[in-house]
Parts: sequence; structure tokens; C-alpha cells
Amino acid sequence: MTKPASTKEIADSLEHKCPGAVVELSDKDIVVKTKSLLAVVAYLKNTPGLDFDYLNWMTAVDYTDHFLVTYNLTSLKNNISLVLKTRCDNRENPTVPSLVELWKGANLQEREIYDLMGIRFENHPNLKRIFLWEDFEGHPLRKDFIS
Amino acid sequence: MTYQTEPLTVNVGPQHPSTHGVFRMGLTLDGEVIQEAEPVFGYLHRGMEKLAESLTYTQNIVLTDRMDYLASMTSNHAYVITVEKLAGVEVPERAEYIRVIMSELMRIASHLMAVGFMLNDMGAFMTPLLYMFREREKILDLFEMVCGQRLTYNYMRIGGLSHDLPEEFVPALQKLIDSLPGFIDEYDQLLARNEILLARTKNIGILSRDSAINNSVAGPVLRGSGVRWDIRKADPYSVYDRFSFDVPIGSVGDIYDRYRVRVEEMRESTSIIRQAVKELPAGEIQTATVKNLRPEAGDTYGHIEGPKGELGFYLVSNHSTQPYRLHVRAPCLINLTVLRELLIGAKIADAMVIFGSIDVCMGEVDR
Repeated sequence: MTKPASTKEIADSLEHKCPGAVVELSDKDIVVKTKSLLAVVAYLKNTPGLDFDYLNWMTAVDYTDHFLVTYNLTSLKNNISLVLKTRCDNRENPTVPSLVELWKGANLQEREIYDLMGIRFENHPNLKRIFLWEDFEGHPLRKDFIS
Repeated sequence: MTYQTEPLTVNVGPQHPSTHGVFRMGLTLDGEVIQEAEPVFGYLHRGMEKLAESLTYTQNIVLTDRMDYLASMTSNHAYVITVEKLAGVEVPERAEYIRVIMSELMRIASHLMAVGFMLNDMGAFMTPLLYMFREREKILDLFEMVCGQRLTYNYMRIGGLSHDLPEEFVPALQKLIDSLPGFIDEYDQLLARNEILLARTKNIGILSRDSAINNSVAGPVLRGSGVRWDIRKADPYSVYDRFSFDVPIGSVGDIYDRYRVRVEEMRESTSIIRQAVKELPAGEIQTATVKNLRPEAGDTYGHIEGPKGELGFYLVSNHSTQPYRLHVRAPCLINLTVLRELLIGAKIADAMVIFGSIDVCMGEVDR
């Protein structure tokens, strides 16, 4: 069975490595500061024992007053998965660092989120709409989008 | 003497016999060598994730049919187990066995198409594909027997199935799984050592192990690159932990390895079906559940090993009858991440074969 990672242990070790990065903690997931996201993810990916080598999937959810960008990291070696989230409060120009440098697998998924949810990914190599056309107005998966 | 050359941009698709639907890409060529490739998506985008927010949990099952329309049964399966996980719904044992049988039949049908179309792309025009269609037809007949549909089944329900197996199903299935290994061997003899096929697939479109993991690819593409990762083994769902089967992997990560993995997986699927039919318990096929499910607020992720790779659903509930958010981890889209990398440096003649070896269904890429 793919075991969910112990969020408590990971949050503790993150406190040493990137102090103040963890904003919220539950049994199921960890919410980290957007500013610390890259450092946290690089730590999770490259630390022996954790080895989260596989970015399984990522998505974003609109909670009307904020967005949560959700990442599912998996360690193929240890068969452990972890849900990592980061919060975006700025509705006008939500921005999250891109993970493409760490995982090329984020490329199309970040474009999809940008297209449908309107979240910008900083330093993405080719951030443009993926499904809709370039002059389409709005981002359909936002809750305030009227179709 | 020097020649002055300039790059040539060629458009492929979206209406093209070998683009497996409506896929388009722009290729920039230097002679026969691909310098740059840009895939273009969206021709089949129907906004399913948005649509799902205005339908009930049960109504959404029909949307999953229309994602990967070559493997609707497995899409059904992935969705219903996620909702069951979210709402804590129990499933009768018989229903779980039938789900496994259906999913494995679907995997065989999908792999037959994957292999057949890949050979078509390679220039083995129509003959192998037609044989694949012949075998797939028998599987579709079985599906028609249980739910009346041949493509969009809408067969699985939250907490079970829509119909029990009709009387004539098990004998017909038995007949199919008795004959199938022989057919697979026959194809394999015809094709696996065919010199043209080897020349077109060996050491072409190589995807290294590290690159496969880094690009988040899943399914036969990941396993073809030598990673033994199969959700049926890594995180067993339904009753997969009760069957013994192997997870075939490749060693080089070329087109041939991906082809081999699919052929071997069809053999393993046949073996799983044989075990499942033998142990098929009697009993109910549906738990009595409320029609309008209102799961507790929260989020969950459920996944299965689909024919194309890890197919998962991420559901957010706000305690209403419709999901607050539904996200699909679509293996077809994520596997295509790697396409650009595989195409750059390849010959134009191999472009379609490389694309075919990834095996995508545009219904699931665009959703």
C-alpha cells in the first residue's frame, strides 16, 4: 500500500531546514508559504530517506477568497505519498513559483492551471494557455466565472 | 561547397489519420531531423472539470465515460472508488470482482488498440490493426452483454454496479480467455521478430529511467523505461491484492520496450481475469446507498492503474450533492509532457511512431 507520509515528522524536519515555511498542518496535508515552496520541495525531493522523486500530479482549487495549489508528491522508492499545498490570497494576480526546474512533469500541468484557474507560475519556460485560445477572456474553473 | 539551409516548419494534424484523434503539433525540421516540436492541445476540450461541479456525484459517472473513450470502464472504476473513499461507501465483494474483470478486459482492449495503431503509424498498414479490432470486438460484445453499451458504458455505480452479469456472460468470457493467449502469441510471432518492426522501434524514442520519473509519466511508458511501478501492486485497490500477476518492465526505454510491455500486460490481464472468474463469489452487486450522496466536507484522491497509466481523481466536497471541485490526474496529458523531448533530434519519419508509442486518447488529454 502507498502509505501517506507522516506530516508531523516532515513538518518537524522542515522547521529545521526552512524555518517558518509550514503554515498549517493536518494529518493529511501540509500547507506551506508560497515564498518557501521551492526550498521545501527541493528539500523533499533531494533528502535521502524522504526521496520524493515523483511529482504525481498538481492542481488548484478556488475557495473564493483564496486559491490552494495542491501538489501530490510520491516517493517511488519508499512508496510514500505526500499532499503539499500552498495558499494564494491575491485574486488579481495570483503567483506561485514554477516547479518545472525540478520536475519537467509540471510543465503541462502548470499550463493547465494557468489556463483554467488563472494562476501564474513564475519562471515557467512556456506559460501560455493550453486548452483555450489565447484571447479567451477569463479562467473557467474560477468560481466567479459566468459561462 | 556549402549549402545554405533554413529550418522548415511543418504542421501535423489536427485532422490527420495518425494523430489518434485531434492532436496537432508544429515540427521545425532541419532536413529530416526534428529541431523543435510544439504540441497543441484543446480541440476536444469540453470543460469537464467545470461541468462536474454542476452535476451530482452519480451523474458525473457519465462524464468519465467520455474522457478516455477507448477505456471507459477503467475511468468509471477510478471515479467510483474515489467517491467511495470520500463518502466511506462499502462495496460488495462480488461487485469488486466484477470490476476487476471489467477493468482487465478494458486494459486488453485498450492495449490492442495501442499496439495496432502504433503498427499502423509505422506503415504496417491496416492488416495488424484489423486483427486487433477483431479481438477487441469480442471484448466489446461482452461489455454490451452486461450494460448494453459498446463504448460509453456507465456501468459502475457508487457502491457497486448497475447490473449483475447475465447468465451467458461467464461462458462467453471463458471462451474468450481460453482463446486470447493463443491470439497474442500468434501476433507476437508475426510481429516481434519482424525485421522491419525491429528496425523501426529498437533504440528509437529512448526515454531514460530518470527522465521518465522526472517527467511524471506513468503506465506502460514508465514501465517501458524500467521502473517497476504499477498502482495495482503499489497501492492495491478493489481486490487486486488477491491475484498473482507480474509487472513487466523494459530495459532500454525505446519504442520496442513500450510495445513489449503492452503485449506482456495483455497476457498478465488474461491471467488476472482467469483467477477472478474462478473465485467469483455470489451475492449482492450494489450496497443500498442514498441516491443523492452528500459526503462530509473534505478532499480526497483516489487512483487506479488505467491502461494508459495512473488515472486518478481529486475530489473536494463541501457537503453538498455536487463536488466542489473535481480534478482528473489524466495520464494521457501528463505522458505527453515527454513528447517534445523525445521528438527533438529524431527523424521526421519516426515522429508518428514515437507519438503512437506513448498511446494517448485525446478525449482524456483535453477533457
